[in-house]
Formats: sequence, structure tokens, C-alpha cells
Amino acid sequence: MNVQNLASFDPFADEGDPLNATQEVGSQQNYIHIRVQQRNGRKTLTTLQGLPKEYDAKKLLKAFKKEFACNGTLVDDEEAGQVIQLQGDQRTKILNFLVEEGLPKNTIKVHGF
Amino acid sequence: MSEEPLFDPSLKKRKKKQVAFSEDPLGAEADPTTPAPAVIDNVTTNGDTVDMGPTTMHEQMMANASKDDDESKIDEDAMFSDLKKKKKKKKDIPMDLPEDASGTSTPVSAPAVAEDLDFSDLKKKKKVSKKKAALDMEAFEKELNDAKAKDGEGEDADGAPIDDFDEAELGDDPFARGTEQVSSVDVGGEAWLNSDRDYTYAELLQRFYAQLHASNPALLNTAGKRHTLAPPQLMREGNKKTVFANIADICKRMHRQPEHTIQFMFAELGTTGSIDGSGRLVIRGRFQQAQIENVLRRYIVEYVTCKTCKSPDTLLVKENRIFFVACESCGSRRSVNAIKTGFQAQVGRRSKNKTG
Repeated sequence: MNVQNLASFDPFADEGDPLNATQEVGSQQNYIHIRVQQRNGRKTLTTLQGLPKEYDAKKLLKAFKKEFACNGTLVDDEEAGQVIQLQGDQRTKILNFLVEEGLPKNTIKVHGF
Repeated sequence: MSEEPLFDPSLKKRKKKQVAFSEDPLGAEADPTTPAPAVIDNVTTNGDTVDMGPTTMHEQMMANASKDDDESKIDEDAMFSDLKKKKKKKKDIPMDLPEDASGTSTPVSAPAVAEDLDFSDLKKKKKVSKKKAALDMEAFEKELNDAKAKDGEGEDADGAPIDDFDEAELGDDPFARGTEQVSSVDVGGEAWLNSDRDYTYAELLQRFYAQLHASNPALLNTAGKRHTLAPPQLMREGNKKTVFANIADICKRMHRQPEHTIQFMFAELGTTGSIDGSGRLVIRGRFQQAQIENVLRRYIVEYVTCKTCKSPDTLLVKENRIFFVACESCGSRRSVNAIKTGFQAQVGRRSKNKTG
């Protein structure tokens, strides 16, 4: 695909990208991140970061603990704010829970292996 | 009766250029532009729903397909629908070809007769022309050629959107494709070389495409071209560490800096690690090969493949603290998110951690 016209100057790409970049960088904060961390042995830890302000993290944690039958805690982080920690690999369960509660799936990012 | 004179001019332009040499140049020049109005006239005078006739090459091929195959409808659908269907189609067509080529006229001529009976009322231009031609050897030959070219074209259309799944199956076909196209080119040339009529636009178009694909088969293969990565080689080092042996090789194949890839992997896996003396990556924690493969896959989707054309042939450049992925094959450029580790929970003993 060697089109000479496009090679020299691409009006869309050149103009559009810087704007998009700043928007994406800004909007990155809005994602809900679900991560998993390995502990010793086959134990793992799941963290939920970036929960929107309108949700009460404490109540959500309570619901998680009851629903997933695991323990968990609320951690205050300088950068990430309030982070929910759960014992065990609860990533898919959290994702399903949040989606069923009406959060848009494309704002949730599941990390880890 | 009055309709036939109306048909004739278009017929001359389209099919039979035998009539007059003086008219030919004009006809040839006027071909792309004039036929459309002629068709419109026919419709209005008749009042019937006259098919516009297979004016474009594509439609002509379709029409020919309807004669050759019973499944022309399916073929049309298949062009835009499932790839699997197409593949089946592709296998069928070469089976048909030898019959036609061997000179058994039955498959072509018999349906044509049937269509005469059916559509004589509707006055399809093309069909009528073939009737008038009374199965000349020329017309017949041309039909054969069309059919062949059609087969070639059909495969071309199939070949373009090849998906990466059944590469093995498709691997056999390109050879068949090539031979068919070569033959069609030869015969297609003869169709008007032997006669003193002028060539039509559609024929030239077919000839062009056949030669184009015959001379550079790469056109078909680029879409299905596949980039493969060696699977990650993982070894356990001691009890708690995993060694990723061939990360340098993988990064080289992806055209990415190992640092970038490693940073992403650590962020995703939520661990730390280091590179040992022989360039292997030592990751803290136990990881299976499938898990690392998953992470690599996500990395490739996010930072390697071009979102526009799916090509993995991209460059990652950093400008003003923002990473951009520039595609080498389509020229598109887009920004990608910086890698962020995010929140890291306290794991292990606190005494090891200075801040904790």
C-alpha cells in the first residue's frame, strides 16, 4: 500500500492524533482497573482501583465479601484513592458483578495473567 | 418486433463487433458511457421490468455463474458472508472447471436454452444476444472464458479477506489460482484475436485483472500473510522465580524495545523482576507459559498491531512523553496509553519494605 499522496501528508492522522492523545491520557483515569497479584503459594490478591465517586466503596466491599465468600479490605492510596482488596482471584466475579450492576463494560479493565 | 431494433445497437456495442469496422472505434470509445442510456430507453419503451443486464463485469460474472453453477445465489451471498462458505465454494469450482474445459458443452448450453424459454418475454438483453448468437463458437468460447475468469475472480475476491485461521487449507490454493489465471489470460486473449470483432470493455477488464493477479500473486497473499512469534520459553528458577528465556527474540520479532515489553509485563503481572547476564528475564512469582502468552497477546494487541489495518508492522515512537504507534504498511498513526503499574498491594513482610 504505497500511496504517494498519503505518504507525504495525511491530513487526518496528523491533525487528529495530538488531540486524541491528550483526551486519552485524561480519560485514562476513568477506567476501573481490576488487578491480581500473586502471594505466597497459590494464593492471590485482587485489587479494584478507580471506582467512580458515586459508589460507596465500603458498601461495595461488603457486598463483594458476601457474594464471593472471601475476605477483603479497603486501602487508602495516595494516587489511586480508595482501593478494594479481596483475597483470592476474584477478577471475573468482580467484572460480572459490576456489569450486572449496570456499569459499562468498556470502562472496566481486567489486568493480570 | 419494435423492440428488437432498440436492442440491436446495444448488442453491437456489447457483444458482436463484427458488423462494421468504421463503427468500432466509436463504439469502443463510447462503451463505458453510452450503454447506460440505451438500457434506460429499453426499460421505458417496454414498460416491462427489463433487467439492466449484466452491465458491469461483476454482474456479468454473476450471470455466467448462474449458468455454470446452480448455486449462483449462494455464491453471491458467499461473496459477502462467511469465509467458510467461500472456502467450500472454492473447492467446488475447480472441480467444475475441467468439465467445461474438456469441451463438453452441455453444462453451459443446456441451462442457456432453458433460460431462453423462461426469459424470452422479459427480453433480457444479454440472454437474447446469446440466443441470436445461436451458440456461435465465439460466444461459447467467450462464455467459457468468462466462466473461467469468473472462477479466478471469485477466488480473488475470496483471497483478499483471508482470515488467519485456515492458512493451512489455503496454502494449497494459490498454486491452483495461478495456473487458472494463466490459462484464462491465454484463452481470453484468443477470444478476440481469432475473430475480427473488437474487444469489449468487460473483456478487457477481465484480462486486466487476470494478468494483474497472475503477474503478482503477492497481491492476494499479503492479506493472509501471517506473523508468528515463538512461544515464550519459561523455566522455574528456584521456587519463586520464573525465567523468561526468549524475551529478546520475541521483542526483536515484534520490533519493540525489551524494556517497554518488560515494563508492560511487570505492570500486568503485578510483580517485579530483572534481566540476568544472558539476557533472560527473571520474573518474581510462578507463572505458566499460557499466562505469559496471554499477557504477550494483550501487549501485541495494545502496542504492536495497527488498529486500522491489523498489521503488526509498526513502530513505537515517543514524542513529548506520549507514545505513538506508527504503522509501516498503512501509514496510520495513533497514540497509545502509557504503561501504568497502578496500585500495588502490600505483599509479603513489611519489614522488607522501607516505606511500609
